[in-house]
Formats: sequence, C-alpha cells, structure tokens
Amino acid sequence: MKVRVYVSLKNGVLDPQGRAIRHSLEGLGFSGVIDARAGRLIELEVDESVTDEALDDMCRKLLANMVIENYRVERVAA
Amino acid sequence: MSFRAAVVTFPGSNCDRDLAVALEDVTGEECLRVWHGDADLPERLDFIALPGGFSYGDYLRSGAMAARSPIMRAVVQAAGRGVPVLGVCNGFQVLTETGLLPGALMRNAGIRFVCRNVALTVENSQSLFTSHYMKGQRITIPVAHHDGNYFADEATLDRLEGEGRVAFRYAEVVNGSARDIAGVLNDAGNVLGMMPHPERMMERAQGGTDGRTLFESAVRGLIGA
Repeated sequence: MKVRVYVSLKNGVLDPQGRAIRHSLEGLGFSGVIDARAGRLIELEVDESVTDEALDDMCRKLLANMVIENYRVERVAA
Repeated sequence: MSFRAAVVTFPGSNCDRDLAVALEDVTGEECLRVWHGDADLPERLDFIALPGGFSYGDYLRSGAMAARSPIMRAVVQAAGRGVPVLGVCNGFQVLTETGLLPGALMRNAGIRFVCRNVALTVENSQSLFTSHYMKGQRITIPVAHHDGNYFADEATLDRLEGEGRVAFRYAEVVNGSARDIAGVLNDAGNVLGMMPHPERMMERAQGGTDGRTLFESAVRGLIGA
C-alpha cells in the first residue's frame, strides 16, 4: 500500500523558499499570486501491518520536525 | 593530567579535522575520533564535539539523519550525565534535531549560503564555554551555512533569554535568526550549539583568536587551571 506524507511549515513560521518562489513567479509575469509555501511530499510503500499509529510515530520521530512543521498522512488505495 | 576530548564524524562532516586540531592545540592531547555508526563513545570523556559539514548530504533536513545515527544515542546519554557537548554549525543543527537544544535552524532568510566573518556579541560569559570572554564583548568568528536561521516560538525565546541561555548574538544582519541568536545553551549549561565556527579563529594567521577563547574557556574550566 502506498502512503503519502505531506510535510508543511506551521503557520507563522517564515518560509524564505516560498517567498523566493512567489517572487520568481512574479518575475515571470504571473500576477495574482499572493503567497507561496514550500513543503515536502514523502511517499512510503508499506504492508498491511503498518498501523496509523506507527505512521504517526514515524512522522513525529523523523519525517517532520515538530518545532517548525506539520504533517498529514494519506493512505492511497492501490 | 590528561584531557579526553572526542570529535564525532558523520558521513559528510567536513570540519571534523579542524575541530580536532583546535582541541588538540588547546589541550595538548590527542583528540579521539568517533564514527557515526559506533554504538558507544570512548570511556571517561571530558568533552564531545559535533562538527560542521553536511552530514548525510543534509537529506530530509540539515542534521536530521545524523541526529538519528547510532552514536547520537550515546551522545544524548553522555550529555544527560553532564559531559560537555559543543555543536558547531551542522553540529548545532544535529543538537536541535536530537532535542538536546530547543528550536530549529531553518533556511537563511536571504536564501543564500553565507560564508564570511561576522561580528558577534557575547551574551553570557558565565558558562563553561564562554567564561574567558567578557559579557558584551564584541568578537569576530566566521560563519559558513545555508540553514542558520534560528527559530523557536516566542515562549521558548523568552525562556532562553530569561535563563541566560543565549550565549552569542549576531551583531550584524546574517541569516534572519530570531532575536539574532547565534548560539544557545541547554538548561544545564553543558551543551552549546552555535552556527559560527570558533575552530576557524584559532591563531593570528586565521585573522584572530576569538574562537580559541571558547576552547580555552572550556578546557581550562574543566581541568580547573
């Protein structure tokens, strides 16, 4: 089974990369982009034994830094 | 007397030798070298140093993989027993990722890698690592990092300030760090993380000795000389 883990910066944490992306879009002539936030997508291939609790634990212990980031876990139907 | 200091090398560390040479210079003793995959530290260590570099290629987040390497379990235990631990640059990032120090080091506010001498203010001259400086002293030490932008929530920052745990502050604009924090101590005062590289300011030929003072403070403080 495929699992997608989305890691994003918490609200209120400044995102210099997102800001640079927004500036670049502006430079390319795209108007109307108010903000950009850069995150990370991690895809895991897991077997049925992996519980939601275990996935949560993986996020907290490694995949996300809880000081600055939030995460969202999504199981993808095969 | 003998002084037993150890430097940990992770795959991608590149300041480990400089750090070992700096310690050897001040202690007069051979610095022990430890590999990230080792499960145990040498016995009876007086000092542990985590070097700068790009451990594990900065995969996932700077310091994230190194913080979960086997040797770091031993480092966390040693720090808990009171063994002094210094983390420089990537070593600082590793210390925040292990939770030995609060906060996180994010991408520099200006996006660019910053590599130059910077002015710092010594905020705490009472700690093991800073006792040979004077409070408020202006010093110059080089930085070389992409992810040095210190972040912690306001309550944590207030607590750090209130407890005198901000060791060094940037005296100029460098990377967007919260409250210009360049180095922080843990609550027990035996763990210091800092982005500037004191091991690169050890002798006149390097442009000054402001970094040497840090190693002198720690080593003299520990051997009581």
